[in-house]
Amino acid sequence: MRGGAAGPSCLEANDWICGEYLRTRSQELVDATVQHLGITAVSVVLGLLVAFPLALVARRWRGAAGPVLGLTTVLYTVPSLAMFALLTPVFGVSAAVVVTGLVLYSLTILVRNILAGLQAVPAEVREAARGMGYGPARLLYEVELPLALPALVAGLRIATVSTVAMTTIGSVVGYGGLGNLIADGMAGFFKAEVLTASVLCVLLALLADLLLLGLQRLLTPWTRVQGRAKAGARRGARTAKAVG
Amino acid sequence: MGAITGAWQWLSTAANWAGEKGVWHRLAEHLWLSGLCLVLSCLIALPVALWLGHLGKGGALAVNLSNVGRAVPTFAVLVLLTLSPLGRQGEWPTVIALVLFAVPPLLTNAYLGMREADRDVVEAARGMGMSGPQLLLRVEIPLAYPLIMTGLRSATVQVIATATLAALAGGGGLGRIITAGFGNYDTAQVVAGAVLVAVLALAVEGLLVLAERLLDPMRGRRRAARTASHLTKGAGPGRAPGAPASGAPTSATTPKATTRP
Repeated sequence: MRGGAAGPSCLEANDWICGEYLRTRSQELVDATVQHLGITAVSVVLGLLVAFPLALVARRWRGAAGPVLGLTTVLYTVPSLAMFALLTPVFGVSAAVVVTGLVLYSLTILVRNILAGLQAVPAEVREAARGMGYGPARLLYEVELPLALPALVAGLRIATVSTVAMTTIGSVVGYGGLGNLIADGMAGFFKAEVLTASVLCVLLALLADLLLLGLQRLLTPWTRVQGRAKAGARRGARTAKAVG
Repeated sequence: MGAITGAWQWLSTAANWAGEKGVWHRLAEHLWLSGLCLVLSCLIALPVALWLGHLGKGGALAVNLSNVGRAVPTFAVLVLLTLSPLGRQGEWPTVIALVLFAVPPLLTNAYLGMREADRDVVEAARGMGMSGPQLLLRVEIPLAYPLIMTGLRSATVQVIATATLAALAGGGGLGRIITAGFGNYDTAQVVAGAVLVAVLALAVEGLLVLAERLLDPMRGRRRAARTASHLTKGAGPGRAPGAPASGAPTSATTPKATTRP
Protein backbone atom coordinates (compact mmCIF):
# COMPACT_ATOMS: atom_id res chain seq x y z
CA MET A 1 0.00 0.00 0.00
CA ARG A 2 3.03 2.28 0.23
CA GLY A 3 3.12 4.97 -2.41
CA GLY A 4 6.90 4.93 -2.27
CA ALA A 5 7.04 8.43 -0.81
CA ALA A 6 8.97 9.01 2.36
CA GLY A 7 7.31 10.33 5.51
CA PRO A 8 3.71 9.94 6.65
CA SER A 9 1.14 9.05 4.00
CA CYS A 10 -1.20 11.71 2.73
CA LEU A 11 -4.08 9.98 4.49
CA GLU A 12 -2.42 10.45 7.86
CA ALA A 13 -1.42 14.01 7.02
CA ASN A 14 -5.05 14.74 5.95
CA ASP A 15 -3.97 16.44 2.72
CA TRP A 16 -6.52 17.96 0.35
CA ILE A 17 -5.21 15.96 -2.58
CA CYS A 18 -4.44 12.32 -1.85
CA GLY A 19 -3.72 9.63 -4.41
CA GLU A 20 -3.86 6.94 -1.77
CA TYR A 21 -7.44 7.91 -0.97
CA LEU A 22 -8.38 7.44 -4.62
CA ARG A 23 -6.76 4.00 -4.65
CA THR A 24 -8.07 2.64 -1.37
CA ARG A 25 -11.62 4.01 -1.60
CA SER A 26 -12.24 3.69 -5.32
CA GLN A 27 -15.21 1.36 -4.76
CA GLU A 28 -16.85 3.89 -2.44
CA LEU A 29 -16.33 6.65 -5.01
CA VAL A 30 -17.74 4.54 -7.84
CA ASP A 31 -20.81 3.61 -5.78
CA ALA A 32 -21.48 7.24 -4.86
CA THR A 33 -21.03 8.37 -8.46
CA VAL A 34 -23.41 5.69 -9.71
CA GLN A 35 -26.02 6.73 -7.15
CA HIS A 36 -25.50 10.38 -8.10
CA LEU A 37 -25.94 9.66 -11.80
CA GLY A 38 -28.98 7.48 -11.15
CA ILE A 39 -30.79 10.08 -9.05
CA THR A 40 -29.97 12.84 -11.54
CA ALA A 41 -31.01 10.84 -14.59
CA VAL A 42 -34.30 9.65 -13.09
CA SER A 43 -35.12 13.18 -11.90
CA VAL A 44 -34.41 14.87 -15.20
CA VAL A 45 -36.30 12.26 -17.25
CA LEU A 46 -39.32 12.43 -14.92
CA GLY A 47 -39.08 16.24 -14.95
CA LEU A 48 -39.20 16.22 -18.74
CA LEU A 49 -42.17 13.82 -18.75
CA VAL A 50 -44.10 16.10 -16.38
CA ALA A 51 -43.00 19.39 -17.92
CA PHE A 52 -43.98 18.52 -21.47
CA PRO A 53 -47.73 18.05 -20.86
CA LEU A 54 -47.70 21.08 -18.55
CA ALA A 55 -46.19 23.20 -21.32
CA LEU A 56 -48.78 21.87 -23.77
CA VAL A 57 -51.59 22.71 -21.36
CA ALA A 58 -50.15 26.20 -20.81
CA ARG A 59 -50.01 26.72 -24.56
CA ARG A 60 -53.43 25.30 -25.35
CA TRP A 61 -55.34 27.30 -22.75
CA ARG A 62 -54.15 30.83 -22.23
CA GLY A 63 -55.76 30.97 -18.80
CA ALA A 64 -53.74 27.98 -17.62
CA ALA A 65 -50.37 29.51 -18.52
CA GLY A 66 -50.35 31.96 -15.62
CA PRO A 67 -51.10 29.42 -12.87
CA VAL A 68 -48.74 26.79 -14.32
CA LEU A 69 -45.80 29.18 -14.60
CA GLY A 70 -46.65 30.81 -11.27
CA LEU A 71 -46.80 27.49 -9.44
CA THR A 72 -43.49 26.25 -10.82
CA THR A 73 -41.88 29.58 -9.87
CA VAL A 74 -43.24 29.30 -6.31
CA LEU A 75 -41.83 25.76 -6.07
CA TYR A 76 -38.48 27.04 -7.26
CA THR A 77 -38.41 29.70 -4.55
CA VAL A 78 -38.58 27.11 -1.74
CA PRO A 79 -35.01 26.36 -0.61
CA SER A 80 -33.86 22.82 -1.40
CA LEU A 81 -33.24 21.80 2.20
CA ALA A 82 -36.80 22.83 3.11
CA MET A 83 -38.19 21.06 0.05
CA PHE A 84 -36.54 17.77 0.98
CA ALA A 85 -37.60 18.23 4.61
CA LEU A 86 -41.23 18.81 3.57
CA LEU A 87 -41.23 15.72 1.36
CA THR A 88 -39.74 13.46 4.02
CA PRO A 89 -43.02 12.75 5.88
CA VAL A 90 -44.70 11.94 2.55
CA PHE A 91 -42.17 9.40 1.26
CA GLY A 92 -40.25 8.50 4.41
CA VAL A 93 -36.45 8.54 4.31
CA SER A 94 -35.91 7.28 0.77
CA ALA A 95 -34.51 8.22 -2.61
CA ALA A 96 -38.06 9.20 -3.65
CA VAL A 97 -37.74 12.35 -1.47
CA VAL A 98 -34.70 13.51 -3.39
CA VAL A 99 -36.06 12.57 -6.81
CA THR A 100 -39.40 14.30 -6.20
CA GLY A 101 -37.71 17.46 -4.96
CA LEU A 102 -35.40 17.58 -7.95
CA VAL A 103 -38.27 16.95 -10.39
CA LEU A 104 -40.21 19.86 -8.88
CA TYR A 105 -37.21 22.16 -9.27
CA SER A 106 -36.49 21.14 -12.85
CA LEU A 107 -40.09 21.97 -13.85
CA THR A 108 -39.51 25.73 -13.60
CA ILE A 109 -36.84 25.81 -16.25
CA LEU A 110 -38.19 22.99 -18.43
CA VAL A 111 -41.80 24.25 -18.68
CA ARG A 112 -40.64 27.78 -19.49
CA ASN A 113 -38.21 26.69 -22.17
CA ILE A 114 -40.51 24.14 -23.81
CA LEU A 115 -43.29 26.72 -23.90
CA ALA A 116 -40.98 29.37 -25.35
CA GLY A 117 -39.75 26.91 -27.95
CA LEU A 118 -43.25 25.89 -29.03
CA GLN A 119 -44.46 29.48 -29.16
CA ALA A 120 -41.52 30.46 -31.32
CA VAL A 121 -42.58 28.09 -34.13
CA PRO A 122 -43.51 30.44 -37.00
CA ALA A 123 -47.24 30.57 -37.72
CA GLU A 124 -46.57 30.12 -41.47
CA VAL A 125 -44.86 26.81 -40.81
CA ARG A 126 -47.81 25.63 -38.78
CA GLU A 127 -50.23 26.79 -41.47
CA ALA A 128 -48.26 25.07 -44.20
CA ALA A 129 -48.20 21.78 -42.29
CA ARG A 130 -51.92 22.02 -41.67
CA GLY A 131 -52.48 22.75 -45.34
CA MET A 132 -50.51 19.60 -46.18
CA GLY A 133 -53.02 17.63 -44.11
CA TYR A 134 -51.10 17.24 -40.85
CA GLY A 135 -53.34 16.42 -37.88
CA PRO A 136 -52.71 18.01 -34.45
CA ALA A 137 -50.60 15.09 -33.12
CA ARG A 138 -48.50 14.76 -36.27
CA LEU A 139 -48.09 18.54 -36.40
CA LEU A 140 -46.79 18.49 -32.84
CA TYR A 141 -44.37 15.59 -33.16
CA GLU A 142 -43.14 16.08 -36.71
CA VAL A 143 -43.10 19.85 -37.08
CA GLU A 144 -43.36 21.81 -33.86
CA LEU A 145 -41.28 19.59 -31.58
CA PRO A 146 -38.26 19.41 -33.90
CA LEU A 147 -38.36 23.18 -34.33
CA ALA A 148 -38.65 23.68 -30.56
CA LEU A 149 -35.84 21.24 -29.88
CA PRO A 150 -32.98 23.76 -29.52
CA ALA A 151 -34.93 25.70 -26.87
CA LEU A 152 -35.92 22.44 -25.18
CA VAL A 153 -32.36 21.17 -25.04
CA ALA A 154 -31.14 24.54 -23.78
CA GLY A 155 -33.57 24.19 -20.89
CA LEU A 156 -32.65 20.56 -20.41
CA ARG A 157 -28.99 21.47 -20.10
CA ILE A 158 -29.64 24.12 -17.45
CA ALA A 159 -31.95 21.74 -15.56
CA THR A 160 -29.47 18.86 -15.73
CA VAL A 161 -26.49 20.87 -14.57
CA SER A 162 -28.37 22.33 -11.63
CA THR A 163 -29.84 18.91 -10.78
CA VAL A 164 -26.37 17.36 -10.65
CA ALA A 165 -25.28 20.09 -8.24
CA MET A 166 -28.45 19.89 -6.15
CA THR A 167 -28.40 16.11 -5.75
CA THR A 168 -25.66 16.64 -3.13
CA ILE A 169 -28.28 18.09 -0.74
CA GLY A 170 -29.96 14.69 -0.78
CA SER A 171 -27.35 13.67 1.76
CA VAL A 172 -29.72 14.96 4.50
CA VAL A 173 -31.78 11.82 3.90
CA GLY A 174 -28.77 9.70 2.97
CA TYR A 175 -29.44 9.67 -0.79
CA GLY A 176 -27.13 12.37 -2.04
CA GLY A 177 -24.69 10.39 -4.20
CA LEU A 178 -21.40 12.25 -3.96
CA GLY A 179 -23.06 14.54 -1.41
CA ASN A 180 -23.00 11.64 1.03
CA LEU A 181 -19.22 11.56 0.75
CA ILE A 182 -19.05 15.34 1.26
CA ALA A 183 -21.21 15.10 4.40
CA ASP A 184 -19.21 12.12 5.61
CA GLY A 185 -15.94 13.93 4.96
CA MET A 186 -17.17 16.97 6.86
CA ALA A 187 -18.18 14.87 9.87
CA GLY A 188 -14.76 13.19 9.92
CA PHE A 189 -12.80 16.31 8.92
CA PHE A 190 -11.46 14.27 5.98
CA LYS A 191 -10.25 16.84 3.45
CA ALA A 192 -9.35 14.49 0.59
CA GLU A 193 -12.81 12.90 0.64
CA VAL A 194 -14.59 16.28 0.47
CA LEU A 195 -12.41 17.69 -2.28
CA THR A 196 -12.50 14.54 -4.41
CA ALA A 197 -16.29 14.26 -4.19
CA SER A 198 -16.73 17.98 -4.95
CA VAL A 199 -14.47 17.86 -7.99
CA LEU A 200 -16.19 14.70 -9.27
CA CYS A 201 -19.54 16.42 -8.89
CA VAL A 202 -18.47 19.43 -10.97
CA LEU A 203 -16.97 17.09 -13.58
CA LEU A 204 -20.24 15.15 -13.77
CA ALA A 205 -22.14 18.39 -14.37
CA LEU A 206 -19.80 19.47 -17.16
CA LEU A 207 -19.85 16.01 -18.74
CA ALA A 208 -23.66 15.90 -18.71
CA ASP A 209 -23.75 19.36 -20.29
CA LEU A 210 -21.40 18.30 -23.10
CA LEU A 211 -23.35 15.08 -23.69
CA LEU A 212 -26.61 17.01 -24.08
CA LEU A 213 -24.94 19.47 -26.42
CA GLY A 214 -23.77 16.53 -28.53
CA LEU A 215 -27.26 15.04 -28.43
CA GLN A 216 -28.73 18.28 -29.68
CA ARG A 217 -26.29 18.36 -32.59
CA LEU A 218 -27.23 14.80 -33.50
CA LEU A 219 -30.95 15.51 -33.31
CA THR A 220 -30.91 18.80 -35.22
CA PRO A 221 -28.62 18.22 -38.20
CA TRP A 222 -30.29 21.03 -40.13
CA THR A 223 -28.85 23.69 -37.82
CA ARG A 224 -25.35 22.54 -38.80
CA VAL A 225 -26.13 22.68 -42.48
CA GLN A 226 -27.18 26.28 -41.95
CA GLY A 227 -24.06 26.80 -39.86
CA ARG A 228 -21.88 25.93 -42.81
CA ALA A 229 -23.76 28.35 -45.00
CA LYS A 230 -23.01 32.05 -45.06
CA ALA A 231 -22.82 33.84 -41.74
CA GLY A 232 -25.71 36.06 -42.77
CA ALA A 233 -27.94 33.06 -43.33
CA ARG A 234 -27.02 31.68 -39.93
CA ARG A 235 -27.91 34.93 -38.28
CA GLY A 236 -31.27 34.93 -39.96
CA ALA A 237 -32.00 31.39 -38.86
CA ARG A 238 -31.05 32.14 -35.30
CA THR A 239 -33.23 35.19 -34.98
CA ALA A 240 -36.09 33.26 -36.56
CA LYS A 241 -35.71 30.60 -33.91
CA ALA A 242 -35.11 32.96 -31.05
CA VAL A 243 -38.15 35.19 -31.48
CA GLY A 244 -39.64 34.61 -28.07
CA MET B 1 -51.45 14.11 8.29
CA GLY B 2 -49.58 13.29 11.49
CA ALA B 3 -46.63 15.33 10.32
CA ILE B 4 -48.75 18.44 9.78
CA THR B 5 -50.37 18.35 13.21
CA GLY B 6 -46.98 17.55 14.72
CA ALA B 7 -45.41 20.53 12.98
CA TRP B 8 -48.29 22.75 14.10
CA GLN B 9 -47.79 21.61 17.67
CA TRP B 10 -44.06 22.30 17.40
CA LEU B 11 -44.72 25.77 16.00
CA SER B 12 -47.31 26.62 18.66
CA THR B 13 -45.02 25.67 21.53
CA ALA B 14 -43.66 28.91 22.96
CA ALA B 15 -40.49 27.23 24.20
CA ASN B 16 -39.43 26.47 20.62
CA TRP B 17 -39.39 30.19 19.76
CA ALA B 18 -37.30 31.46 22.66
CA GLY B 19 -33.66 31.08 23.51
CA GLU B 20 -30.52 30.72 21.46
CA LYS B 21 -31.81 27.70 19.56
CA GLY B 22 -35.29 29.21 19.23
CA VAL B 23 -36.97 30.36 16.06
CA TRP B 24 -36.57 34.10 16.72
CA HIS B 25 -32.83 33.87 17.19
CA ARG B 26 -32.38 31.60 14.15
CA LEU B 27 -34.57 33.91 12.05
CA ALA B 28 -32.52 36.92 13.10
CA GLU B 29 -29.31 35.08 12.17
CA HIS B 30 -30.78 34.09 8.83
CA LEU B 31 -31.98 37.59 7.95
CA TRP B 32 -28.81 39.29 9.15
CA LEU B 33 -26.55 36.95 7.17
CA SER B 34 -28.71 37.09 4.04
CA GLY B 35 -29.07 40.86 4.15
CA LEU B 36 -25.37 41.46 4.75
CA CYS B 37 -24.31 39.13 1.95
CA LEU B 38 -26.84 40.53 -0.48
CA VAL B 39 -25.55 44.06 0.10
CA LEU B 40 -21.95 42.87 -0.28
CA SER B 41 -22.79 41.01 -3.49
CA CYS B 42 -24.56 44.03 -4.97
CA LEU B 43 -21.58 46.22 -4.11
CA ILE B 44 -19.32 43.78 -5.94
CA ALA B 45 -21.47 42.72 -8.88
CA LEU B 46 -23.50 45.76 -9.92
CA PRO B 47 -20.68 48.28 -10.53
CA VAL B 48 -18.76 45.67 -12.54
CA ALA B 49 -21.83 44.66 -14.56
CA LEU B 50 -22.95 48.24 -15.22
CA TRP B 51 -19.48 49.29 -16.25
CA LEU B 52 -18.93 46.25 -18.52
CA GLY B 53 -22.40 46.72 -19.98
CA HIS B 54 -21.78 50.42 -20.58
CA LEU B 55 -18.52 49.64 -22.38
CA GLY B 56 -20.04 46.62 -24.13
CA LYS B 57 -17.16 44.37 -23.14
CA GLY B 58 -16.75 41.15 -21.19
CA GLY B 59 -19.97 39.51 -22.36
CA ALA B 60 -18.47 36.02 -22.37
CA LEU B 61 -17.34 36.45 -18.78
CA ALA B 62 -20.74 37.67 -17.61
CA VAL B 63 -22.64 34.84 -19.26
CA ASN B 64 -20.21 32.05 -18.42
CA LEU B 65 -20.02 33.09 -14.80
CA SER B 66 -23.60 32.07 -14.19
CA ASN B 67 -23.12 28.81 -16.11
CA VAL B 68 -20.15 27.93 -13.93
CA GLY B 69 -22.01 28.98 -10.79
CA ARG B 70 -24.79 26.57 -11.70
CA ALA B 71 -22.45 23.57 -11.98
CA VAL B 72 -20.77 24.04 -8.61
CA PRO B 73 -22.70 22.50 -5.69
CA THR B 74 -23.28 25.03 -2.91
CA PHE B 75 -23.02 22.28 -0.31
CA ALA B 76 -19.53 21.36 -1.54
CA VAL B 77 -18.35 24.96 -1.40
CA LEU B 78 -19.75 25.42 2.11
CA VAL B 79 -18.01 22.29 3.37
CA LEU B 80 -14.74 23.06 1.58
CA LEU B 81 -14.68 26.55 3.11
CA THR B 82 -15.51 25.16 6.54
CA LEU B 83 -12.62 22.67 6.39
CA SER B 84 -10.21 25.30 5.09
CA PRO B 85 -8.31 27.54 7.53
CA LEU B 86 -11.14 30.07 7.09
CA GLY B 87 -13.45 27.62 8.87
CA ARG B 88 -12.12 28.71 12.24
CA GLN B 89 -13.13 32.33 11.61
CA GLY B 90 -16.73 32.13 12.79
CA GLU B 91 -19.30 33.00 10.13
CA TRP B 92 -16.79 33.75 7.38
CA PRO B 93 -17.22 30.50 5.40
CA THR B 94 -20.97 31.12 5.21
CA VAL B 95 -20.54 34.77 4.22
CA ILE B 96 -18.07 33.92 1.46
CA ALA B 97 -20.21 31.10 0.09
CA LEU B 98 -23.31 33.31 0.09
CA VAL B 99 -21.53 36.09 -1.79
CA LEU B 100 -19.96 33.65 -4.27
CA PHE B 101 -23.37 32.30 -5.23
CA ALA B 102 -25.19 35.64 -5.26
CA VAL B 103 -22.75 37.42 -7.57
CA PRO B 104 -23.34 35.40 -10.80
CA PRO B 105 -27.11 36.03 -11.17
CA LEU B 106 -26.68 39.71 -10.28
CA LEU B 107 -23.81 40.23 -12.68
CA THR B 108 -25.24 38.26 -15.60
CA ASN B 109 -28.70 39.81 -15.47
CA ALA B 110 -27.48 43.36 -14.97
CA TYR B 111 -25.01 42.95 -17.83
CA LEU B 112 -27.66 41.52 -20.17
CA GLY B 113 -30.05 44.29 -19.15
CA MET B 114 -27.48 46.88 -20.11
CA ARG B 115 -26.70 45.18 -23.42
CA GLU B 116 -30.34 44.74 -24.30
CA ALA B 117 -31.21 48.35 -23.64
CA ASP B 118 -32.48 49.63 -26.98
CA ARG B 119 -29.36 50.64 -28.93
CA ASP B 120 -31.34 53.20 -30.94
CA VAL B 121 -32.39 54.99 -27.77
CA VAL B 122 -28.83 54.95 -26.45
CA GLU B 123 -27.49 56.28 -29.76
CA ALA B 124 -30.14 59.00 -29.78
CA ALA B 125 -29.19 60.03 -26.25
CA ARG B 126 -25.54 60.14 -27.26
CA GLY B 127 -26.48 62.26 -30.25
CA MET B 128 -28.30 64.66 -27.94
CA GLY B 129 -24.93 65.27 -26.31
CA MET B 130 -25.28 63.20 -23.13
CA SER B 131 -22.00 62.37 -21.45
CA GLY B 132 -21.03 58.84 -20.44
CA PRO B 133 -22.23 59.08 -16.82
CA GLN B 134 -25.46 60.84 -17.90
CA LEU B 135 -26.09 58.12 -20.45
CA LEU B 136 -25.51 55.44 -17.82
CA LEU B 137 -27.68 56.99 -15.11
CA ARG B 138 -30.52 58.45 -17.15
CA VAL B 139 -30.88 56.06 -20.08
CA GLU B 140 -29.16 52.72 -19.70
CA ILE B 141 -29.92 51.94 -16.05
CA PRO B 142 -33.64 52.82 -16.31
CA LEU B 143 -33.89 50.66 -19.43
CA ALA B 144 -31.96 47.81 -17.79
CA TYR B 145 -33.97 48.06 -14.56
CA PRO B 146 -36.28 45.05 -15.12
CA LEU B 147 -33.39 42.67 -15.69
CA ILE B 148 -31.35 44.17 -12.86
CA MET B 149 -34.30 43.48 -10.57
CA THR B 150 -34.68 39.95 -11.97
CA GLY B 151 -31.04 39.40 -11.06
CA LEU B 152 -31.62 40.82 -7.59
CA ARG B 153 -34.58 38.52 -7.07
CA SER B 154 -32.70 35.39 -8.19
CA ALA B 155 -29.76 36.42 -6.02
CA THR B 156 -32.06 36.84 -3.01
CA VAL B 157 -33.71 33.46 -3.54
CA GLN B 158 -30.22 32.02 -3.88
CA VAL B 159 -28.91 33.71 -0.75
CA ILE B 160 -31.83 32.58 1.39
CA ALA B 161 -31.48 29.00 0.12
CA THR B 162 -27.72 29.00 0.67
CA ALA B 163 -28.09 30.47 4.15
CA THR B 164 -30.40 27.54 4.92
CA LEU B 165 -27.75 25.12 3.72
CA ALA B 166 -25.13 26.77 5.91
CA ALA B 167 -26.67 24.74 8.74
CA LEU B 168 -25.37 21.57 7.09
CA ALA B 169 -21.84 22.90 7.43
CA GLY B 170 -22.36 23.98 11.01
CA GLY B 171 -23.50 27.57 10.40
CA GLY B 172 -26.51 29.31 11.97
CA GLY B 173 -29.84 30.28 10.49
CA LEU B 174 -33.23 28.63 10.18
CA GLY B 175 -31.74 25.58 8.45
CA ARG B 176 -30.40 24.63 11.87
CA ILE B 177 -33.95 23.78 12.99
CA ILE B 178 -34.29 21.35 10.07
CA THR B 179 -30.87 19.71 10.53
CA ALA B 180 -31.42 19.40 14.28
CA GLY B 181 -34.76 17.75 13.54
CA PHE B 182 -33.13 15.27 11.15
CA GLY B 183 -30.48 14.60 13.78
CA ASN B 184 -33.09 13.74 16.42
CA TYR B 185 -35.40 11.86 14.01
CA ASP B 186 -37.99 14.48 14.99
CA THR B 187 -40.19 14.72 11.88
CA ALA B 188 -42.42 17.37 13.45
CA GLN B 189 -39.46 19.67 13.95
CA VAL B 190 -38.14 18.95 10.43
CA VAL B 191 -41.46 19.90 8.87
CA ALA B 192 -41.90 22.94 11.13
CA GLY B 193 -38.45 24.21 10.19
CA ALA B 194 -39.10 23.60 6.51
CA VAL B 195 -42.38 25.51 6.69
CA LEU B 196 -40.63 28.45 8.35
CA VAL B 197 -37.89 28.50 5.69
CA ALA B 198 -40.38 28.19 2.83
CA VAL B 199 -42.60 30.96 4.23
CA LEU B 200 -39.58 33.23 4.68
CA ALA B 201 -38.38 32.61 1.10
CA LEU B 202 -41.82 33.20 -0.41
CA ALA B 203 -42.46 36.30 1.72
CA VAL B 204 -39.15 37.87 0.70
CA GLU B 205 -39.81 37.04 -2.95
CA GLY B 206 -43.27 38.60 -2.72
CA LEU B 207 -41.89 41.76 -1.10
CA LEU B 208 -39.28 42.08 -3.84
CA VAL B 209 -41.89 41.73 -6.59
CA LEU B 210 -43.85 44.50 -4.90
CA ALA B 211 -40.77 46.70 -4.47
CA GLU B 212 -39.82 46.13 -8.10
CA ARG B 213 -43.17 47.49 -9.26
CA LEU B 214 -43.16 50.47 -6.90
CA LEU B 215 -39.58 51.54 -7.56
CA ASP B 216 -39.59 51.20 -11.34
CA PRO B 217 -38.03 54.42 -12.68
CA MET B 218 -40.23 54.13 -15.78
CA ARG B 219 -43.42 53.21 -13.96
CA GLY B 220 -46.42 53.69 -16.20
CA ARG B 221 -44.27 54.54 -19.17
CA ARG B 222 -42.96 51.03 -19.75
CA ARG B 223 -46.32 49.57 -20.63
CA ALA B 224 -47.05 52.39 -23.06
CA ALA B 225 -43.67 51.91 -24.66
CA ARG B 226 -44.18 48.18 -24.93
CA THR B 227 -47.57 48.39 -26.63
CA ALA B 228 -46.15 50.97 -29.00
CA SER B 229 -43.28 48.71 -29.93
CA HIS B 230 -45.71 45.85 -30.45
CA LEU B 231 -47.70 48.00 -32.84
CA THR B 232 -44.60 48.71 -34.88
CA LYS B 233 -43.67 45.03 -34.71
CA GLY B 234 -40.46 45.90 -32.91
CA ALA B 235 -38.72 42.55 -32.65
CA GLY B 236 -35.29 44.09 -32.78
CA PRO B 237 -32.62 44.09 -30.09
CA GLY B 238 -34.88 46.08 -27.78
CA ARG B 239 -37.33 43.26 -27.21
CA ALA B 240 -39.26 43.30 -23.98
CA PRO B 241 -36.81 42.56 -21.18
CA GLY B 242 -37.55 39.46 -19.20
CA ALA B 243 -39.01 37.69 -22.21
CA PRO B 244 -38.70 33.92 -22.13
CA ALA B 245 -35.40 32.33 -22.93
CA SER B 246 -34.30 32.18 -26.50
CA GLY B 247 -33.09 29.01 -28.11
CA ALA B 248 -29.46 29.95 -27.66
CA PRO B 249 -27.63 27.42 -25.47
CA THR B 250 -26.30 30.13 -23.20
CA SER B 251 -29.78 31.44 -22.48
CA ALA B 252 -28.91 33.26 -19.32
CA THR B 253 -31.97 35.43 -19.79
CA THR B 254 -34.20 32.63 -18.55
CA PRO B 255 -35.99 34.22 -15.65
CA LYS B 256 -34.59 32.66 -12.51
CA ALA B 257 -32.29 30.41 -14.46
CA THR B 258 -29.72 30.37 -11.77
CA THR B 259 -27.99 27.94 -9.55
CA ARG B 260 -29.85 26.33 -6.77
CA PRO B 261 -27.97 24.82 -3.90
